[in-house]
Amino acid sequence: MYVAVKGGEAAIANAHSLLADRRRGDRSVPALRLDQIVEQLALGVDRVMSEGSLYDRELAALAIVQARGDMIEAIFLVRAYRTTLPRFGYTKPIDTGAMLVERRVSATYKDLPGGQLLGPTFDYTHRLLDPELAAGADVAEPLRREAEAQAMPRVSAILAREGLIEPDGEMPGDHVPGDITREPLEFPMARDIRLQALSRGDEGFLLALGYSTQRGYARNHPFVGEIRIGEVELELDVPELPFAVPLGTVRVTECQMVNQFKGSAKAPPQFTRGYGLVFGQSERKAMAMALCDRALRASELGEDIVAAAQDEEFVISHSDNVQATGFVEHLKLPHYVDFQAELDLVRRMRAEYEARENLPKAQEEREAAE
Amino acid sequence: MRGQEAREQAERKAAMATLAQSSGDDIVRLWNEAGLPAEAELLRGPETGLVTLRGRIGGGGAPFNVGEATVTRATVRVPSGQVGHCYALGRDWQKAKLAAIADALWQDPARRAQVEAGLIAPLRSALSSAQEKRRAETAATKVDFFTMVRGED
Repeated sequence: MYVAVKGGEAAIANAHSLLADRRRGDRSVPALRLDQIVEQLALGVDRVMSEGSLYDRELAALAIVQARGDMIEAIFLVRAYRTTLPRFGYTKPIDTGAMLVERRVSATYKDLPGGQLLGPTFDYTHRLLDPELAAGADVAEPLRREAEAQAMPRVSAILAREGLIEPDGEMPGDHVPGDITREPLEFPMARDIRLQALSRGDEGFLLALGYSTQRGYARNHPFVGEIRIGEVELELDVPELPFAVPLGTVRVTECQMVNQFKGSAKAPPQFTRGYGLVFGQSERKAMAMALCDRALRASELGEDIVAAAQDEEFVISHSDNVQATGFVEHLKLPHYVDFQAELDLVRRMRAEYEARENLPKAQEEREAAE
Repeated sequence: MRGQEAREQAERKAAMATLAQSSGDDIVRLWNEAGLPAEAELLRGPETGLVTLRGRIGGGGAPFNVGEATVTRATVRVPSGQVGHCYALGRDWQKAKLAAIADALWQDPARRAQVEAGLIAPLRSALSSAQEKRRAETAATKVDFFTMVRGED
């Protein structure tokens, strides 16, 4: 028999107004404005845009404040919002070579066209907490230097001239880019679909997997060929205009990972590559993505699949933190009926077990008495 | 396509790019300063939707989908008959509407010079100085390598 149970409406309503109160916190402290979050917690905003898979700073900032700073909750909010909007189309592929570069470093070449531009980086800081920041000290304007009008080709293009590196990843001529927001995941999957999943994947999960490849689980000797961060222009083909309409610019981070490859029966010894491209300034994520992309190319490159990072189904099925949190967190919702059924089952099994155990004992006792 | 037409399309696209990259506040301010007419019939929108951004594998290879971005679009007809469009990142409806009107007015030979001089040119110059500032700030973080020579020779 199943009896539907209702209840908790008042408790839920009160819990949500308590949540609103706790979210606001001490009323004598000024409420955060979205522009403060956009400007001063910019990398948190970037993470929410990247894993929420929606480029919109104000919405990401709203999600962060609504989620009380819980990033996965904020990402969840953004993903939910996305589903309410119609889709106008697919942009033309962005050209990262034409980026307005704000940071660009290479660990493989010291001198390269355009040079090493550190940009606003945490690298080389001493990671000492800054009491002046806590006191709200004024910050000086950054220094400027005349920029050289020099093209900044991607590092991969430099290596390609010698023929020592594989080309940018091509797909067969008639291949239409897959879209995980339209079609369910199927394995094995093409590299373009994997990259879409990785780009919105959880930073922590991809970071741990990338780290595992460095520690020997699917070792592939990575070098950072290049990381570049900056703004790229977007264009969209629309039927009402005879040219691609310019939409504005977005900031992205690109990572070109260069990996050793000893060659196979089909390919000569050369460098192989992993690629990372994510929204905003998120170079840890772009690097982790590139490491995972390379590891997941194991079967394409004829490598033995021996580690988690190479297992496409494992990595891609578990990289989405909204799916992951949904399934893990649903465990706390009422399972009263499921549990009653289990409880009943265990009770019956226990009764049968005890009956079996007690049977020989009872016999022994009877024999002893006789 | 004839050269004249191609040039005109390139100029129109450049004006649309400038409008798309500029903030709604700047557009409103310059609109009022330039005394441009805001009268127009809305044919579509403003409405907000998504575009899916595409990248290329390895930077230059096959396209793949990266993620979505919010875009607001509007289509208007101005009293002189021209139809203008706007597509711009974000959710600023007023900006989309004004940018679409600007696109329509730009197509009117009697208005083009006013739109270019009063709106597009100042927006473009503001964008270009912001870009220049960013380039110069980045350039100051460029690494100048030098080698330490040791010994007599």
